[in-house]
Amino acid sequence: MPEVEVRKKLMIIEEIYHEGGPAPTHPLRRSAALAVIHNPFAGHYVEDIAGFMEDLKPLGLEMAASLIAALGGNRKTVEGFGKGAIVGSAGELEHGALWHVPGGYAMRQLLGDAKAIVASTKKVGGPGTRLDVPITHINASYVRSHFDAMEVGIGDAPCAGEIVLALVMTTGPRVHARVGGLKASEIKGEDGLR
Amino acid sequence: MKARIRKLATFLEETQNEMGRFVNPPSRRAAAVAVIENPCAGKYVEDLSELMAIGEELGELLTQRAVAALGISAPTAESYGKAAAVGENGEIEHAAAILHPKLGTPVRKVLGKGAALIPSSKKRGGMGVVLDIPLGHKDAAYVRSHFDGMEVRINDAPRANEIMVAIAITDSGRPLARVGGLTKDQMKGEDGLR
Repeated sequence: MPEVEVRKKLMIIEEIYHEGGPAPTHPLRRSAALAVIHNPFAGHYVEDIAGFMEDLKPLGLEMAASLIAALGGNRKTVEGFGKGAIVGSAGELEHGALWHVPGGYAMRQLLGDAKAIVASTKKVGGPGTRLDVPITHINASYVRSHFDAMEVGIGDAPCAGEIVLALVMTTGPRVHARVGGLKASEIKGEDGLR
Repeated sequence: MKARIRKLATFLEETQNEMGRFVNPPSRRAAAVAVIENPCAGKYVEDLSELMAIGEELGELLTQRAVAALGISAPTAESYGKAAAVGENGEIEHAAAILHPKLGTPVRKVLGKGAALIPSSKKRGGMGVVLDIPLGHKDAAYVRSHFDGMEVRINDAPRANEIMVAIAITDSGRPLARVGGLTKDQMKGEDGLR
């Protein structure tokens, strides 16, 4: 299978102090790691693409590690995660699906066997396309305070023959979360849902 | 702190490959952005000294954050730029008050030098507005390899009564620069131009 060729990386870190309400003791931090890679399947239909997931694993681990570092270096402070992909115009949506396994498992592995499914989204688009990456709690998908999303994108990517891969991690609930539902303190953490 | 900060964001971009050629060392640039309340929004204020003082504060904070994101020692920074976007209840002059009178001195203090004018751009706009931060070499504005720009954008800023302030710092020029002109090895760095 082809090597993963990276053109560019982007790291985004947000620190949210308040959104008009009482400021929490620690600001919420959200971080996104993006990599612009060459799409080895662009331009024609390729039936057998699944092997590329294996090739993407080292990049997934590197991006997940860079997110933990960007959020302070302690994996225990990470409470939410999500992932996504933007496929350039010469590729197909299915190429974005190649990111599910290497992106998701990299984060679970480095976060100490996180239980929840990693929320995700993907699309085909041109340079500058924005992607709203969904975010949920790393151990229980139903924790309502941690339902969130982070908008990401790069002005000059993806070009037609490229894919933008994204991973996102956060340190806590929405800054003024107050709409009830399952709380992080109530998680059983057995089935990844509650 | 005079500035009432709602949010801080950092963007770190690393270009490793362009048109199939490796960029070695990779071209890296960082932008630090603050989303602050505009104390002069919604009314005509003659004396903008409050915004000038905020600019001084943010000059130091954002430069430190951008340098930290690059992970370099501040004096090795090569180019810089600044920009501001004012929400719809403010005026373009508010951006000027933050950017021009007092912001530059602390930027240069953090970097140790900075003989050249700090290139800037400003606009008024709604949430998600794109800021193109112009970039130029910090000690000699005519260094052609360092004429550049960095796009930043935050989907939920600026709100009507907010201002988004950005500083970009790099440790290199454009990837694969090859259009001639003054090079960084030839510059004197005394008059800020050559």
